Parts: sequence; structure tokens; C-alpha cells
Amino acid sequence: MAVILSAKEAVSKIQDGMTVHVGGFYAVGTPEDIIDAMVAKGLKDLTVVCNDGGAPDKGVGKLLSNGCVKKLIISWGGRTPIIPELVDKGELELELNPQGTLAERVRAAGWGLGGIVTPTGLGTIIEEKFGQRVHLNGQDFLYHTPLKADAAIVAAYRADKAGNLIFRRVQNNFCEVMCMAADLTIAQVYKPIEEMGELDADDIQVPGPLVDVLVQQTGEERVMWR
Amino acid sequence: MTKLSPREIIPKRIAMMFTDGMLVNLGVGIPGLVPQHVPEGIKVWLHAENGSIGAGAPVPPGGEVDPFMVDASWNYCTLLPGASVFDSTKSFGIIRGGHLAYTVLGALQVDQEGNLANWVVPGGKLAGMGGAMDLVTGAKKVIIATEHTSKDGSSKILKKCTFPLTGLKVVDYIVTELAFMEVTPEGLVLKEVAPGVTVEEVVSKTEADLVIPANVPVMPV
Repeated sequence: MAVILSAKEAVSKIQDGMTVHVGGFYAVGTPEDIIDAMVAKGLKDLTVVCNDGGAPDKGVGKLLSNGCVKKLIISWGGRTPIIPELVDKGELELELNPQGTLAERVRAAGWGLGGIVTPTGLGTIIEEKFGQRVHLNGQDFLYHTPLKADAAIVAAYRADKAGNLIFRRVQNNFCEVMCMAADLTIAQVYKPIEEMGELDADDIQVPGPLVDVLVQQTGEERVMWR
Repeated sequence: MTKLSPREIIPKRIAMMFTDGMLVNLGVGIPGLVPQHVPEGIKVWLHAENGSIGAGAPVPPGGEVDPFMVDASWNYCTLLPGASVFDSTKSFGIIRGGHLAYTVLGALQVDQEGNLANWVVPGGKLAGMGGAMDLVTGAKKVIIATEHTSKDGSSKILKKCTFPLTGLKVVDYIVTELAFMEVTPEGLVLKEVAPGVTVEEVVSKTEADLVIPANVPVMPV
């Protein structure tokens, strides 16, 4: 059974210096209420893993703008000019991963694997910086370590009191794998949290026992035009 | 004869390579214009990195949208009949697993060995490679859609890329407003010239060494 808490109560379980997986792609799938509570708590020195940097006032961008992040692991930060600013000032460590490599590193952690081997990034800056070339079955790959977190925060569309999650459209992205790859999983839920039995088991994307905390979303999902 | 602009001729030529039922991924910029030129009766499935096959056209700003449905360029959009959605590991499994017939991407630089640089300019603001490195590694064929020269007139088709690479020896075809080229073991072959363009003009605007067959046909656009 997942516990149902307010965003503020849920965030009391996240401490300074933790590694946090943040679901979302262009912040679709990022739990904004939980991010706001993290900012309000004044968390600092976090290592944040996310597909992208969101925007200055949406998603991970809010954590960056408020000085919560020490290290950022993303694949793209094209809408958050604060990233190069913070990197230039020496206030942020940035690690760029190819998007598919990032997703698989998170999956490897959640699936109990010792890492991944992928051809992506061979002969590029990824190999120069931190990839380790391995030769297997006559082919070259880059080895990468699994990427586990202390906490994962994701946004789901529907959930029941068992913690079962269902995403809508492209809200899933990294959310599903991140729920598997953290010691503590917190999901913000858009629709009113439902009784057990109301979700069809065939539709569930994250099994309930993998989710520790549910937070009922307070406002409407914010649309942000490019 | 009025020459077609790069934003007309490049996507038009690439669209001629598409066949019915193909699964493709298109980058931003000129690649995104290709669907407008796909002949009627040919249905191409568009894959988007953030987890969809079959995303529709962007909804104009201010329109009614589903806040949970955006395309790979952060436009709110619809899903077309027959579409599907999935998580990022499946999305990149589709890419790396060789399930895309083509990826069409832009370039900062591309060279005669098929090396591509399209994610960062040295000293420029760093955005990140996103899914580009996976796309060039995994798609069955990599098509580069780019203007032949930079704004300063220098060739983008080089002997050797100097910017940080997106992928090593990954490019199959290069389509510009001047030419259609193919990367082969024998070198970069000039396969077609654009209407009204001579082989000499292509050669003069290309830094790379071109393999020029005896007969170079005109692009059938």
C-alpha cells in the first residue's frame, strides 16, 4: 500500500545531497507540485537525473534556478540557459548522456543489471569523457554504469491506493523506469486517487508495490507553449 | 528557370525515398518539412523520441490541447489514428534496435567518410545531444538534410569534420539544395545535381573529395 501524503510531507523524505531521478520529457511527466515543495524546503547539493533541463519555470529548471542542484545528468538542456551560466560559474557539474544511454542506465539500475553496453557514442566525446570501450563478439561497444537514485519523483495520470500507476500519452517517458531505480518512489497523480480494483490490471504501467508515496496533484496541468 | 530554395528542394528529394508504411524519425528544421512532400497514397509513420509513433501536426498556440501530448520538438500535438505511445526505453529500443528505416537529420558539418557533427559548435552554448547519437547509430539509413554551405559561404561537406562528432562513419546519404550524394566505401559519390546546377558548381562549393560518375543525372524533383 502506498501512503498518500501532501507534497510537503512527501518531500520531508528527500534530504540534501541525495540523488533524485526526475521523470519527464519537456516536463511532461515531471511532478510540478513536488518540485515546488523541494524548492520551498530549500534542498541543496542534489544530484538530479532527468531527460532534460525543463524550462526556467517548469520542471527541473525550477530546481536549477533555485540553487538546489550540485550535479545534473541530462541528455539535453536547450531551453534552460541557466545551465551553461551555472557551469561557467563553477556552481554546477553537468554530465551529458545520449538520451538512449541515459534511459538504459536508469533501467539497468532498476532491473538489477551490472550496466549497459551500447554502440551509441563510439568515437565521440562520450567515449573520451567517460565511456569505456569494450570488445564483445567481434563488435565494439561503450560500457556504462547503472544509474540508481535515492529517490524518484514522477507524475502519473491515474493511480489507485495500492500505488498502481497509469500514464497518459507521452507522460511516461522516463517515469516508469525511474520508479524501478530508486530506494524511494514518489508519484504525483493528476486524477483523484482511486480505490483498489478501479484500475484494470491490464492497463497498469508501474505495479503498486514499487511506489511508496502518492501525492494528489492540486492544480490543472499547466500548458506551456514553445 | 527558378531554382527551388533549400527548404523546398531538400525535403522534396528526400520524400521521394519514402515508401508506404515506413517508420522514420525526422529531426528539427529542414527534416521536419519532409512529410509535406510525401506523395498522396503513401503513409509514413513518424517516430518521436519522447515516446510516440503517429504524432500529428502541431496545434497552433492558444488552441485546445491535451497537456500530456507533445511531439519531439515540444509542440502540443494530436495523435493520428493508428498511433501508439511508449516509454523512453522502448522508444530508444526502436531507434537502436534498427527498427527505423531512416532518420533524417540536419548537420553543422558532414564529411566524406560519413562522420557527422550536428550537436555542438566548439565554444558555443551547450544544449546536449538529446537523441541524435542514438539515432545515427541505430537507424538503418541516416540521411543528412542540410544546406550545402554555411552562412559565410564555406562548405559544410568536408574532408574531415572538425566539430565534436555526433557519430563516426554513420551517414549514408547527404541531400543539399545542390546535390544528392551517397557515402560509399569508394568515397562520397555525386549521384545527382539539382536542376540548373552543374557538376562544376557542386565541386567548387564542396570541400570534400567527390567521386564523380561519367553520367550525373539531374534530381527528379
